[in-house]
Amino acid sequence: MYSQGLIGADNRTEETPEFLARFQKRIDAEEKIEPKDEMPEGYRRTLVRQIGQHAHSEIVGMLPEGNWITRAPSLRRKAALLAKVQDEGGHGLYLYSAAETLGVSREEMTEELLSGKAKYSSIFNYPTLSWADMGTIGWLVDGAAIMNQIPLCRCSFGPYARAMIRVCKEESFHQRQGYEIVMTLAQGTPAQKAMAQDSLNRWWWPSLMMFGPHDADSQHSDQSMAWKIKRFTNDELRQKFIDATVPQAEFLGLTIPDPDLKWNEEKGGYDHGPIDWDEFWRVVKGHGPMAKDRIKARKKAWDDGAWVREAALAHAEKRRARKIAAE
Amino acid sequence: MTMTTPLWEVFIRPRNGLAHKHVGSLHAADEVMALQAARDVYTRRGEGNSIWVVPSAAITASDPDQAAENFEPTADKIYRHPTFYEIPDDVGHM
Ligand SMILES: [Fe+2]
Ligand SMILES: [Fe+2]
Repeated sequence: MYSQGLIGADNRTEETPEFLARFQKRIDAEEKIEPKDEMPEGYRRTLVRQIGQHAHSEIVGMLPEGNWITRAPSLRRKAALLAKVQDEGGHGLYLYSAAETLGVSREEMTEELLSGKAKYSSIFNYPTLSWADMGTIGWLVDGAAIMNQIPLCRCSFGPYARAMIRVCKEESFHQRQGYEIVMTLAQGTPAQKAMAQDSLNRWWWPSLMMFGPHDADSQHSDQSMAWKIKRFTNDELRQKFIDATVPQAEFLGLTIPDPDLKWNEEKGGYDHGPIDWDEFWRVVKGHGPMAKDRIKARKKAWDDGAWVREAALAHAEKRRARKIAAE
Repeated sequence: MTMTTPLWEVFIRPRNGLAHKHVGSLHAADEVMALQAARDVYTRRGEGNSIWVVPSAAITASDPDQAAENFEPTADKIYRHPTFYEIPDDVGHM
């Protein structure tokens, strides 16, 4: 999802069977694991990577929408979009804090993002070409994020679960404001409706890819499920998302760009056409249309902000020294 | 050179009459900036009317490995609880 079924995870671990069994017993009893508790190295590594990827996704995710803030069509839309993008920044910060409880520093995580070592969700490497994309992203991308994040509120690692509860409370506004934008366009002039349809055409498949590879190709899923980091498989979440979204598109009179999409009475869900996994892996590996721009923008923000960080620390030091001198 | 910006723990009081509760942490150069950041990060939707920020380094925590010695004895001191004592119903609510 925002960690895309954990790309490049490594949850191998080498503790004794007794230790692992003791840990698993706590997990099975639905006990939360807190930062200072003993935990298998693989569990720690998986969480550092997953929470880090999730945090980076929130932060990079501010860019495609930030692109439209100054061009929002009304003050109402501008205020909402600004608030949404600010929320995403907040989500990134809650998540970085959760990862830091596992002994990784904010600076290390930032460096990994800027060097390209750490991944973030492939969805943010697509361009936002029209205003309708602000609607579609809220509706589909935040919608898919919600599907993934609700079960993460019950993740076995306490700080991650707590961060997710805060995030989930805020996400519902994101999806609703997005759907409202798409609805306004879909009920507008033929040109506006066409703009909404074009946007849905471009974002539908990348949104499905947000859930990560099919279960059969998702190597780290089983261990993450056993450790209750994950509660549903990639395919289960994708299916839930499709089933929830198709009627919403029908309500708008928009067409989902999948000729194979059809209701399957037997399974009580929709069947869908094949996903272009070559595209998925290309984008995940950093060859998405906007990948270079995203990292360039983050690097610029980090570099241009260096003097501010240094000045703030120098100022704090000066105040501290003055206070000591006055005592 | 990478400088590390100190970590702060954030506590918020949802409204008067309630205690400040830990809500998360953040990085800031000093307490003034920590308070400003806490306001932006943790109170965007009326979550509270008062914020405390505490340097994370100033917190001393109990050791989870000693949780058994520290906290389990309370479980077998049942005489500390009111239900341990038998009072006839006739006495009325006590
Ligand atoms: Fe978010
Ligand atoms: Fe969101």
